Amino acid sequence: MDTFAQVVLDGLLTGMLYALVAAGLSLIWGVMDIIHFAHGEFLMVAMYLSFWLGFLAGVDPIVSWIASGVFLFLLGALAYRLVISRCIGKSAMPPLLATFGLSLFLKNLCMNRFSPNFRILQDTLLQGKTFMIGGVVVGLPQLATGIFSLVMLGALFYLIKKTRLGWAIQATAMDREAAELMGIHTDRIYLLVFGLGGACVGIAGGLMTSYLAVHPEVGSLFGLIAFLIVALGGFGSIHGALAAALIIGLVEALAGFYIAPVFKYVAVFAIYLVVVMVRPRGLFGW
Amino acid sequence: MTQAMLSVDRIHCAYDGVPVIHGASLEVRQGEIVAIVGANGAGKSTVMKAIAGLTQPTRGRIVFQGEDITRTPGHATIAQGISYVPEGRRLFAKLTVRENLELGAYTEKRREVIQERLDQVLALFPILADRAGQIAETLSGGEQQMCAIARGLMSGPKLIMLDELSLGLMPALVEKVLETVVEINRRGTTVLLVEQMVQEALEIAARGYVIQTGRIVQQGPARELLESDTVRKAYLGL
Ligand SMILES: Nc1ncnc2c1ncn2[C@@H]1O[C@H](COP(=O)(O)OP(=O)(O)O)[C@@H](O)[C@H]1O
Ligand SMILES: [Mg+2]
Repeated sequence: MDTFAQVVLDGLLTGMLYALVAAGLSLIWGVMDIIHFAHGEFLMVAMYLSFWLGFLAGVDPIVSWIASGVFLFLLGALAYRLVISRCIGKSAMPPLLATFGLSLFLKNLCMNRFSPNFRILQDTLLQGKTFMIGGVVVGLPQLATGIFSLVMLGALFYLIKKTRLGWAIQATAMDREAAELMGIHTDRIYLLVFGLGGACVGIAGGLMTSYLAVHPEVGSLFGLIAFLIVALGGFGSIHGALAAALIIGLVEALAGFYIAPVFKYVAVFAIYLVVVMVRPRGLFGW
Repeated sequence: MTQAMLSVDRIHCAYDGVPVIHGASLEVRQGEIVAIVGANGAGKSTVMKAIAGLTQPTRGRIVFQGEDITRTPGHATIAQGISYVPEGRRLFAKLTVRENLELGAYTEKRREVIQERLDQVLALFPILADRAGQIAETLSGGEQQMCAIARGLMSGPKLIMLDELSLGLMPALVEKVLETVVEINRRGTTVLLVEQMVQEALEIAARGYVIQTGRIVQQGPARELLESDTVRKAYLGL
């Protein structure tokens, strides 16, 4: 029983982190109809930033997430202004290729600059710290990352659902032309949305380095999982992303433990295929 | 002669290089209700979109209250005092009535002004007060049209452009909605109206323009247009 509870807890904590990563992708997708292929690589950039801040300047991940959150917001906004805004609107292909190109560029840049080696921060504040509840071991880095991701997700949800700016973002997603008629500068909304999408992975990536290794391929896996979560939860739905992320986190942990570690992603993709075949809109899709 | 509030001067418009408006001119004076009538596809909505900045004229000039707004982008039009209620309502379907109305006053930052306008439009359309928390797409057609007009009024416009209000409404409702337009005008907002319901539109308008395949073919006091042979034959089936 204790092992089961342990596996479930690990799965849920992973799921919370996934939810924040996926929420950024879902937001961009929902508002702009763009699959942001470089989303995972943005996460990688955030992890490298957090890693080097820790390694070179001794800044702990529990602080450096602020820097990586801000930096990735700016990177997202810059990517929109310089690349995405120039190829958006005509057809679906150009932005797809542009974000794909961006992901290749970032991945190879890091490969070239930082080598393919796995790097992990030593001696972070939370590293190796655990406590027990019943028979379950709770790792502090994972707990802090999970809870914090959830708080950020809540803040994003509040912004979108409860503020005038959030309504303007939703309005832009539903009918861009009508939104313009309300006086909403929709190009700026797009800029903001790309920035917010970046901030989500910026914060997530900043926190993750307290217990996860960074390497040039780390974004590929997380990007793919985020994509599955968004498709599973329903495009553009933030609470859908949360529900789907928790499911994926659980499935991954349970399959990894009870079947075999190598099977965890097999199980994740299987669940995804089943749900998408039965319900193509995803769990909470429009 | 009084200075026009809005003057559209020989504009040409095109979609993807295909011209659809060929040098249309019209004027709206302060306080008027002006109707643009014409068949489906004649170019009525395109003229309105050009005024609203959703499409840029390829030639010609649009002047509003002395200011050239020909190249003003869509999101800046509302700050000029022009509000466009587009054809087909275009409500934000998944947002509530209340949120739709709030977005109508998006450029207004003063909370008390927004509240005041909200009170005004809800007094004009009491049914919307009951529906405030309802998701827009669940409203009936008539309620959606009222919500779209109310949203258009939330910016406190000097000129409101209403595109095909009657679309998809029952005749009794059309009459009611047009009565409201008269009321909005009576309270001081200038109205530019586009309609396929030629008779109904010309009955409430002071002046009218008849548009055919991108050209203004006739204009004048609404009463005269109603009695003219071309209008009676082409649009009223008399
Ligand atoms: N977005 C568009 N793209 C291409 N052609 C359009 C578009 N909108 C309208 N048109 C064409 O422009 C002409 C005028 O259309 P419109 O202004 O909508 O007419 P109306 O409002 O009088 O029915 C029509 O021939 C229509 O097919
Ligand atoms: Mg039309």
